[in-house]
Amino acid sequence: MRTLAEPLTTSALREFLHGLPGVDEVGIKARATALGTRSIKNESKSWAIDMAIRMVDLTTLEGMDTPGKVRAMCAKALRPDPTDPTAPSVAAVCVYGDMAPVARAAVGDNLHVAAVATAFPSGRASLEVKLQDVHDAVAGGADEIDMVIDRGAFLAGNYGLVHEQIIAVKAACGLAHLKVILETGELRTLGNVRRASWLAMMAGADFIKTSTGKVPVAATPAVTLVMLQAVRDYYELTQTRIGVKPAGGIRTSKDAIKYLVLVKETAGEAWLTPDLFRFGASTLLNDLLMQRQRMAVGHYSGPDYVTID
Amino acid sequence: MTFEYAPAPESRAIVSIASSYGLFINGEFVDPTGGTAFKTVNPATEEVLAEISEANQSDVNAAVNSARRAYDRVWSVMSGRDRAKYLFRIARLLQERSREFAVLETLDNGKPIRESRDIDVPLAAAHFFYHAGWADKLDYAGLGPNPRSLGVAGQIIPWNFPLLMLAWKIAPALACGNTVVLKPAETTSLTALLFAEVCQQAELPPGVVNIITGAGDTGRMIVEHKGIDKIAFTGSTEVGKSIARALAGTRRKLTLELGGKAANIVFDDAPIDQAVEGIVDGIFFNQGHVCCAGSRLLLQESIAEETIDALKRRLQTLRLGDPLDKNTDIGAVNSREQLNKITELIKSGDDEGAQRWTAPCDIPDKGWWCAPTIFTNVTQAHRIAREEIFGPVLSVLTFRTPDEAVEKANNTPFGLSAGIWTEKGSRILWLAGQLRAGVIWANTFNRFDPASPFGGFKESGFGREGGIQGLTAYLRSATDGDDQAKGMS
Repeated sequence: MRTLAEPLTTSALREFLHGLPGVDEVGIKARATALGTRSIKNESKSWAIDMAIRMVDLTTLEGMDTPGKVRAMCAKALRPDPTDPTAPSVAAVCVYGDMAPVARAAVGDNLHVAAVATAFPSGRASLEVKLQDVHDAVAGGADEIDMVIDRGAFLAGNYGLVHEQIIAVKAACGLAHLKVILETGELRTLGNVRRASWLAMMAGADFIKTSTGKVPVAATPAVTLVMLQAVRDYYELTQTRIGVKPAGGIRTSKDAIKYLVLVKETAGEAWLTPDLFRFGASTLLNDLLMQRQRMAVGHYSGPDYVTID
Repeated sequence: MTFEYAPAPESRAIVSIASSYGLFINGEFVDPTGGTAFKTVNPATEEVLAEISEANQSDVNAAVNSARRAYDRVWSVMSGRDRAKYLFRIARLLQERSREFAVLETLDNGKPIRESRDIDVPLAAAHFFYHAGWADKLDYAGLGPNPRSLGVAGQIIPWNFPLLMLAWKIAPALACGNTVVLKPAETTSLTALLFAEVCQQAELPPGVVNIITGAGDTGRMIVEHKGIDKIAFTGSTEVGKSIARALAGTRRKLTLELGGKAANIVFDDAPIDQAVEGIVDGIFFNQGHVCCAGSRLLLQESIAEETIDALKRRLQTLRLGDPLDKNTDIGAVNSREQLNKITELIKSGDDEGAQRWTAPCDIPDKGWWCAPTIFTNVTQAHRIAREEIFGPVLSVLTFRTPDEAVEKANNTPFGLSAGIWTEKGSRILWLAGQLRAGVIWANTFNRFDPASPFGGFKESGFGREGGIQGLTAYLRSATDGDDQAKGMS
């Protein structure tokens, strides 16, 4: 577990974050596109599909979630392909805080339970409310907390406030791992994504995560590439590895494999583990399973041969 | 297990290579009158791909005569709109047969299929599309009303981008109403010969495009041929100079696109990760066989160390090997001769005290290969900072101030291209005005577009290819006067 960071002033943070090298948007998109042309075949593809399944945070974050829905999803998370016991389990289930006890009861100690907290998804509440949200989730059995940053404060340049809040949430997490959601779709520029990544890592994030899935633009390869560069550079400076979680919008195996290529060729092989890279997704899992079945039997099955939970 | 990429080779079944090829004269393949031939080899395997005819003087005469006939009777009197129709057809055929061209280019040249597929072939088609658009609009090219074509163009192209250089030469020449005699480099004739097939398929009138193969001697016959009105050459500065000497005092026009030793200048406020990508694109694209390659890296001293570390880390992810594998980044060196030249210059870097770092990669047993190499502690006086290496070898120099960057960048006999990396727009504009180079990229490198003119300063040549400026290489403007009337030949 990471030791708690000391709060820093906005001006000190501003000086550091604005001193980071810029991000050229054209260049980084070109790089992400070029890495997307890697051709992953045969045994590499099988390996990548299984790794991608093991990296999924199977997610349901809806107002209409019920204990029944969450239990069904947990069953799927534990045993994604009932016809094939060799299919690995996913990394975690990801739910709202009030569903954490239901999820924990369903998965036992076999999977991580991630809960979104801190007035997810907008983060528009007092720090007290956010911290209480975290306490409730942890008490309910969550061992991973997915918090959102205050994008308003970040965009207003109030880095000190964002930093301080992450530190406070980290303290409230206790032993639980902290994933910090940057909501890159609202930060808009890739320069902001790099700064927010560093801000979160310096404040004690164990993971940096792209999106809530609740705004129109979620994870993109370019955004994820910037975040992977940030964790790589942070490691070189501190020898601490921070995880990355793209979330939202990744629906196909092909996309997932492209992300694994980004990880391998940017942060390096050390990040190719569910401890350091996750996919926040719901529909992705079934596409991975269909591809897995195809690799095993040589032909596609169809959506009725994977379960819908 | 780690995430290794399984082999992903592009199938070569799409190409059918004949055991021997004739010369493409007057719309058909004919045997060379001299009957001599040479072999073309896959540089990645040393496998012989085909026998290529060597054109002698009477073949060159036949090609020039055929081009002249086609010029006088068909092409020069055809309307621009009709010429455009043929160019559009060729462009579309290049697209339709793009995979075939890409695989063949990779087999004959050694470049990675990723590059021939994503860059060479699409850009070649783009050049035909672009110039097709010009064919009926030449009156509006700024050269006065009704600019006239020159006649027969003799075109000699290098082995580094065989099909793309062919397109850069043939598309503007044809759009402007000229006919051509083109000679590809002797180690990379196959895509030019496939292009000849495309000309037939497009029903281009016979003689408008003639493609004759051979080595330096054949090239000299084209250069010295009195029936040719214009020579366009892309290749080494040494050969370029001898061509300029041969044409001095004649009425024949000349454009030359020669060597380079481009400076890629990185300031301390650059987007470093993208600059590293640009450095890699600049010098390791096409194994460094690029005349505008960013072969001299000028780093601001304050960021030199971290940038070199980042560059080395990045180079360790480059994948050298089978050029047909879709994941290959670095292919084979085109010929043993070129590899020897690169090796000799690398040795000079060692001997003159520069510090060498070579990316760790397995070199295949057969074929000609050169691992990506960086030299640090290079000074302006080193051979590797002055001579064109034309291989995956980067010389790193440092500077302290913008003025020093300009001085060092310009301190070379060449002047083809340059790169600037900084987030400061005003500095880009100032520096671009200071650098004596024909193409200047800012925060990117080795990007090409048919609408953008390309060409050099100083010993990198003269004349432009692409864009509205490129048309002037194949047109006689109203102010040009009538050279023939002056009795020069």
